[in-house]
Amino acid sequence: MSARTLFQKVWDAHVVHQFPEGPALLYVDLHLVHEVTSPQAFAGLRQAGRRVRRPELTVATVDHNVPTGDRAVPIADPIAARQLAALATNARDFGVELFDLGSPEQGIVHVIGPELGLTRPGMVIVCGDSHTATHGAFGALALGIGTSEVEHVLATQCLVWSKPRTMEARVTGTLAPGVTAKDLILALIGWIGTAGATGHVIEYTGDPIRALSMEARMTVCNMSIEAGARAGMIAPDETTFAYLAGRPRAPGGAAWARAVEQWRELPTDPGASYDVRVDFDASAVAPQVTWGTSPGMVVAVTGCVPSPADFATDAEQHAVARALEYMGLTPGTPLAGLPIDRVFLGSCTNARIEDLRAAARVVRGGGRRVAAGVRALVVPGSQQVKAQAEREGLDRVFREAGFEWRNAGCSMCLGMNADVLESGERCASTSNRNFEGRQGRGGRTHLMSPPMAAAAALAGRLVDVREWELAPL
Amino acid sequence: MTEPFIRHTGRVAALPRGNVDTDQIIPKQFLKRVERTGFGPALFFDWRFRPDGSANPDFELNHPAAQGASILVVGANFGCGSSREHAVWALREYGFRAILAPSFADIFFANCCQNGLVPARLLPQEIAELFRRHQASGGDYRLTVDLDEQRVEDGLGFRTAFAMEPYRREMLLRGLDEIGRTLLVEDRIGAYEKGREAGGERREAW
Repeated sequence: MSARTLFQKVWDAHVVHQFPEGPALLYVDLHLVHEVTSPQAFAGLRQAGRRVRRPELTVATVDHNVPTGDRAVPIADPIAARQLAALATNARDFGVELFDLGSPEQGIVHVIGPELGLTRPGMVIVCGDSHTATHGAFGALALGIGTSEVEHVLATQCLVWSKPRTMEARVTGTLAPGVTAKDLILALIGWIGTAGATGHVIEYTGDPIRALSMEARMTVCNMSIEAGARAGMIAPDETTFAYLAGRPRAPGGAAWARAVEQWRELPTDPGASYDVRVDFDASAVAPQVTWGTSPGMVVAVTGCVPSPADFATDAEQHAVARALEYMGLTPGTPLAGLPIDRVFLGSCTNARIEDLRAAARVVRGGGRRVAAGVRALVVPGSQQVKAQAEREGLDRVFREAGFEWRNAGCSMCLGMNADVLESGERCASTSNRNFEGRQGRGGRTHLMSPPMAAAAALAGRLVDVREWELAPL
Repeated sequence: MTEPFIRHTGRVAALPRGNVDTDQIIPKQFLKRVERTGFGPALFFDWRFRPDGSANPDFELNHPAAQGASILVVGANFGCGSSREHAVWALREYGFRAILAPSFADIFFANCCQNGLVPARLLPQEIAELFRRHQASGGDYRLTVDLDEQRVEDGLGFRTAFAMEPYRREMLLRGLDEIGRTLLVEDRIGAYEKGREAGGERREAW
């Protein structure tokens, strides 16, 4: 067989049927379900008298609308409670495993999949959530789908998908100290644009990618959708296998050895070609901060707010002028020094244990405190991440410095629960979208890495974390 | 089964902005419903309504000439961001039957096709021309979107073709239910599952 890419290998292995009119019917190995995009899909099954074809390949949790405060208190929002109750009923009626609010494994769907070892190389993984791309870090083909497609997968265990094009994002150089995977992906999105990879699946390649931990790779793949790609992938390697070994749902014993042997065949063959290639030098990347209302509106923290006049087309100039008005920013203002009101450490992009450790390292020591007038939230990505952080004493580091320490959920990334910005509030956020109103109507979001957000909380303004003295590892 | 779309003539609303994300189309506070209905009144909520709840007269959809519009002409990368199909339900319920843009986000495009909302990609210069014609008409502008012929025209000299994958086109033309269509080849799914089991320990084929 001719040389194939990682994507092509996973695609080929999952084609159940090729429709002559274009798309393929692709088999799904893992279907992740949450409360917001599934109720209408289950209702559709019920109405048509259909079952879930493979309930054992379907796993549900609650994350988007859940409160992150005291779990013993009943949910105040009756509509959110009804949505959670609907998922519980649907999971029970259709035989789907559910990690509910009381479960020690509950968490953001894209955090718990990998954490439990449900996410594995070579799989096709779908979820009614655009950040499903996260799971591509394992060499899975993972993509977000709409609710009608959720219903389709529940009923048939397949997805109808027209074969996308492939893009290689070839990263060279070395990430500098103080620069994270979040900075890398934000800079890359700034470079290729928020629609730069539309219609494509991205494979991230190169030494700086290989050097990343699994959690950092998840941060990179997670934001593929912010570059327009439905999926982003990284070839599995020893880092991947070491992460998965011993996870509760990963294969064990002889099955593990066989699985690893198969996974080793997944990386792109020498000589295989992609439809498009972009080259990106990681060495030049500084900590990034978004200044606008689209993730591509991003500069280094050492930079300034741009002017509409810096952009070529009328459409761009209008978009920038509109974004600056919404963000309350004037062209030429340095990003460093910009006062902030809120800090959000969380989301499927940056709420894993390594993210919390990196942020805690900025906070720890020297009696550092969250700046007066700033409200800072730490929302672990899962209850297991939370428990791990507590075993390491990170919760104390955050609490003693004045951060709020919460239970797991999507929280202020999208503000479906009570964690929202007030109009005009400026937030340093480790999440993935700085859209207008995303974190609350009129709220102003600046995306950045966890260490940058932690430093902003302490300083009360955006700062270059590289200038901060860090606690020893 | 969704409403079939063969051709449709209707009033145009123009939203000359790029990168309109699904958070704008339907803000998150409206995603807690467990039904497919009830989203139309919340379409573009933060743009359509001022914080006091009154209609924002500056927003394009609130212009008197845009009332009753069923065709939306928008900038590039429409529907980017979140996968929420609620955005498409809101657009449909509001009354839109077709959206014309230079480009769409992938998940949004797929969601449109599931709900009888035709997403037609035109060239950027064609969209720019439609914005000009819409403005020149004072907002009183109508288009015909013909999916059968894959053509858009205004009866006043603007006429262009657009491409649509045959599978999606057929689904929209006939208002087909995708699950029903897949179940016609259900035996293939069973055969695929058996093949993998027979491979032993889920031996993969890469």
